[in-house]
Amino acid sequence: MKKAFRPDVDAPEWKGGHAPYDIIKEGSIAIAVVLILTIALAILFGSPDDPSVTIKTWSNATPVDFAQTALSELNGTSGTAQYGAPYNNASEGQKLGPLALAKWAGARNPVNTVQDFVIDPLKALPDQPALTQGLQEWNTASSSTRSGWVTNYTNAATKMKYANGQVVVPTTNSGPVSLFITDLTQMARTGALDQALVTQHGFYTTDFTKPLLFLSDGSYLANKAAKDHLLGEQWGMMNETGSYPGQAWLWLYSGWYQVAPFNTSANADVQVWGLMMLLSVILLFLPLIPGLRSIPRKVKVYRIIWREHYRDL
Amino acid sequence: MSTTEIDRQWTTRLRRRAAGKLPPEKLLPDTQPAYVSSWIYVFGVTTMAALMVVILTGCVLAIEGPQWWHLSSIGHFVNSLHLWSVEIFFFAMVVHLWGKFFMASWRGGRTLTWMTGVVTFLASIATAFTGYASQSNFDSQWITTQAKDGINATGAGAFFNVLNLGQMLMWHIVLLPLVAVLLTGAHVLLVRVKGVVPPFADDKELVQ
Repeated sequence: MKKAFRPDVDAPEWKGGHAPYDIIKEGSIAIAVVLILTIALAILFGSPDDPSVTIKTWSNATPVDFAQTALSELNGTSGTAQYGAPYNNASEGQKLGPLALAKWAGARNPVNTVQDFVIDPLKALPDQPALTQGLQEWNTASSSTRSGWVTNYTNAATKMKYANGQVVVPTTNSGPVSLFITDLTQMARTGALDQALVTQHGFYTTDFTKPLLFLSDGSYLANKAAKDHLLGEQWGMMNETGSYPGQAWLWLYSGWYQVAPFNTSANADVQVWGLMMLLSVILLFLPLIPGLRSIPRKVKVYRIIWREHYRDL
Repeated sequence: MSTTEIDRQWTTRLRRRAAGKLPPEKLLPDTQPAYVSSWIYVFGVTTMAALMVVILTGCVLAIEGPQWWHLSSIGHFVNSLHLWSVEIFFFAMVVHLWGKFFMASWRGGRTLTWMTGVVTFLASIATAFTGYASQSNFDSQWITTQAKDGINATGAGAFFNVLNLGQMLMWHIVLLPLVAVLLTGAHVLLVRVKGVVPPFADDKELVQ
């Protein structure tokens, strides 16, 4: 028995006429037109290239913000310190319903903010007897003693200021913590911390995970991004600096973050990703989904596309 | 060697199968059905042309290395060419996708053609993203530190670290372009094998 014709699945056999078609000429013209258009746009608009932010520029521009961020790495309150996977196990991370996907993948890129962002870089500073003694004091102290020093310093750091070329916090009984923050800030202001954070794996490196995490824990990078209309509520990373189109094709992904329930959800990232994955799968399998595959036939935009064909019938 | 033995060879079988599915007149046609006469058909070939310019300009950037475009005015201009060819590529591809949707171009055994097109679109988005992540300037710093949260939340961040410049650059200039180009090739070959989808037969006069 012959199967019934399904208009959204089957195509009629074309028994009409054919017209001459020079595929090579068409391709050549297309390449020429795109090349000319590309060159014209590049000449007219160029491309953005704002220099990268360094820890040196950050700590010189806003030394207190840097020092407070360094303290947050030490007392475990920074975004990275509390992040969870893939950097550490400090939190469970976002969940998609009952699924803790990030936690299951584990801390494959381990970052210990105390050691990696404060103690190890300070160890790299040569000829600093007081600092060397402070690091020894830190290493030999019990964890409760360390915790007490850090807490005392953190409590006093609400009055932190930068004066006469150094961080000033009126505190007592903070052990070597005051020295750590002062020296780390000085190290950052010379540019040495930028180097120390990227060279933890040796001379050659292409991995900027640690300096980028440290930078993003402070407010300098975000403040600059806000001025350049790059924050999440400003449609975030689909934009780029200047008046360039950026990744306009991410409009739907960025758009979800602007609306409820995602704009207030603590699990927004994984929810938006989950939704986009679902939509992508639907788009992929659209020819097989009854109802959705009928939309083109019902909205009849094809009548405009093939208007000459239907007119000639 | 007997003829039968030659007939059984994998090479012979593959050649015959390929030639049967895609004879020269289908691969490089000199005519097309009369209904293929709309501006919408321009966007498929425009996408292909833009992809070629993207790859060409990307190759020039690759020859000189990732820092060149920050330090040289010629390098910056080549980067601008790369950026704008990418913008044209995506514009043409999105219009092409919408056009093919409204034509229900999966009809007549063309489901795989549609699917390779969709996967190419998704692979292209990933390729472009890794390009933005590899710029080594403020944009890449901000984009990666923002994007990491979404990717980490899915668990993929444990394996695909957007803050690792070396990893992003390798994905951008080796792995993802390879995927995008192979998929584009498969997509175009499927279009050649199956031909361009005919109009809906909602008029009895259509099938003559």
